[in-house]
Amino acid sequence: MQYAILCYHDEKVTCAWSKEHDDAVMAKLGVVTEKLERRGKLGPVARLLPTTAATTLRKDREPPLVIDGPFAETKEQLLGFYIVDCTGLDEVIEIAKELGEANPGGAYEIRPVGRFFPGKTAS
Amino acid sequence: MSDVGWIGSMLTAARPQAVAALLRNFRDLDLAEEAFQEACLRAMKSWPKNGPPRDAASWLIMVGRNAAIDTVRRGSRLQMLPPEELISDLSDAETVLADRIDEANYRDDILRLLFICCHPDLPVTQQIALALRIVSGLSVKQIARAFLVSEAAMEQRITRAKSRIATANVPFETPGPVERFGRIAAVASMIYLVFNEGYTTSVAEQGARAALCEEAIRLSRLLLRLFPTEPEIMGLAALLMLQHARAPARFDPQGRVVLLEDQDRALWNRQLIAEGLALVDKAVRHGRPGPYQVQAAIAALHARVERAEDTDWTEIDLLYGTLERMQPSPIVSLNRAIAVAKVRGPADALAMIEPLADKLGGYFYFHGARGAFLLQLGRTEEARVAFDRAIALANTPAEAAHIREQLDRLAGGASTGRPNKIQSDLSDYPQPMRP
Repeated sequence: MQYAILCYHDEKVTCAWSKEHDDAVMAKLGVVTEKLERRGKLGPVARLLPTTAATTLRKDREPPLVIDGPFAETKEQLLGFYIVDCTGLDEVIEIAKELGEANPGGAYEIRPVGRFFPGKTAS
Repeated sequence: MSDVGWIGSMLTAARPQAVAALLRNFRDLDLAEEAFQEACLRAMKSWPKNGPPRDAASWLIMVGRNAAIDTVRRGSRLQMLPPEELISDLSDAETVLADRIDEANYRDDILRLLFICCHPDLPVTQQIALALRIVSGLSVKQIARAFLVSEAAMEQRITRAKSRIATANVPFETPGPVERFGRIAAVASMIYLVFNEGYTTSVAEQGARAALCEEAIRLSRLLLRLFPTEPEIMGLAALLMLQHARAPARFDPQGRVVLLEDQDRALWNRQLIAEGLALVDKAVRHGRPGPYQVQAAIAALHARVERAEDTDWTEIDLLYGTLERMQPSPIVSLNRAIAVAKVRGPADALAMIEPLADKLGGYFYFHGARGAFLLQLGRTEEARVAFDRAIALANTPAEAAHIREQLDRLAGGASTGRPNKIQSDLSDYPQPMRP
């Protein structure tokens, strides 16, 4: 079963990280993801750019409205995600805990994946 | 990660909002800062035990406010009779105020805090230092290091800036739309100056001064979060990101300047480029171009091509033309001449910059570019004179060394395989917008 681990954090905090701190967090997360990869548990992973780079398309009207910024103006924003392949919720929670130890602060939302298309892009 | 690590990030993140709100309450920069410091000390004690608060900024504002009121109380007790009823009035008023830490205020609060730092009475260096101290919360030591001056000198500079602010008339009422726009523009140019200060560097100083560039980028993101639909702020942030992305390639291992054309583009910071390009795309959609957007668009043209020879100089020439119309400045014309040299040849470029000699006679890049154009035209003697002038005016040893290299090549005979290069784009050098 595939799960998405959606990473939420206060962007003001993550943008306040120094480069050294950011590198250190990424290195620690790398250790965890590498282990998952070796066990064949890791799917696509993405770190999203800050929400200042985001654009939102409101498609609940005609024509749709394109607005600057993220969809939700909340303190914590979706900053990235992991797709993991696990036998059940307990295992995902264990993985999320391990990721959380490498990168404390904020929250992970664990969402079972309904349908998954690995996709294909040129780059 | 140590406790102090995450707390530090949270405090840094909450700082602009918290100091800005405290400033609105107390209308005194020193008092606001002290209150924030006190709140931080209490956070360091409380948060590791109790966990971080849900909203760090509000927590710090509340605690800071109470701490400052205590200070005022103690101060007044030391002085004279404490007017008790006045104090309790104050506390009541603060409790009410505390409930009003709402989102509507905080945007103008932070803008005001930034705006105070670019007060026109302050010389540019003081503006930058003050912004780094007050808004970014860098220590005096860190700022001194970035400015390459002693800590005592920086301390003095900041103190002087603060006392000027204290006597200046800082507007505390909520700004109207025109006033707000004026503030945004002033803050944007201050952020640009912070960046430029960091960009004027040699390799030896690069580590220390890069902090200024990174801080400027952080401030531009902060401003953009406050005003997410302002295309010029997108342009500003994009410009800083796209330029800073090239930082790892600006010097060779010997510390010599590497021109944009010769840079190893694999060293460029791809993530910053991606973010910068995304912002340029977003800004363009608004159809309200401005100087930062145009400069970002030029930087984007460089960032988008993998090989220097694929650079679209015709488009860059056009964009500089647009910039000249928006913001006429000899520096912009000089930049444009570099593109013109690529598109139409050095004779046209030289003709373009000769009339600038009056205004740019004391400017390193003017003589560097002029020398290079002359050299391309085979006027070696005049080129030599221009390069000598450039060296005399160089800002950093690396810049001087770069020109000296051209002189050496000149001395070593005209054609030694590699053609003499001109600066392919001045944007790798600091560019004061209004010299």
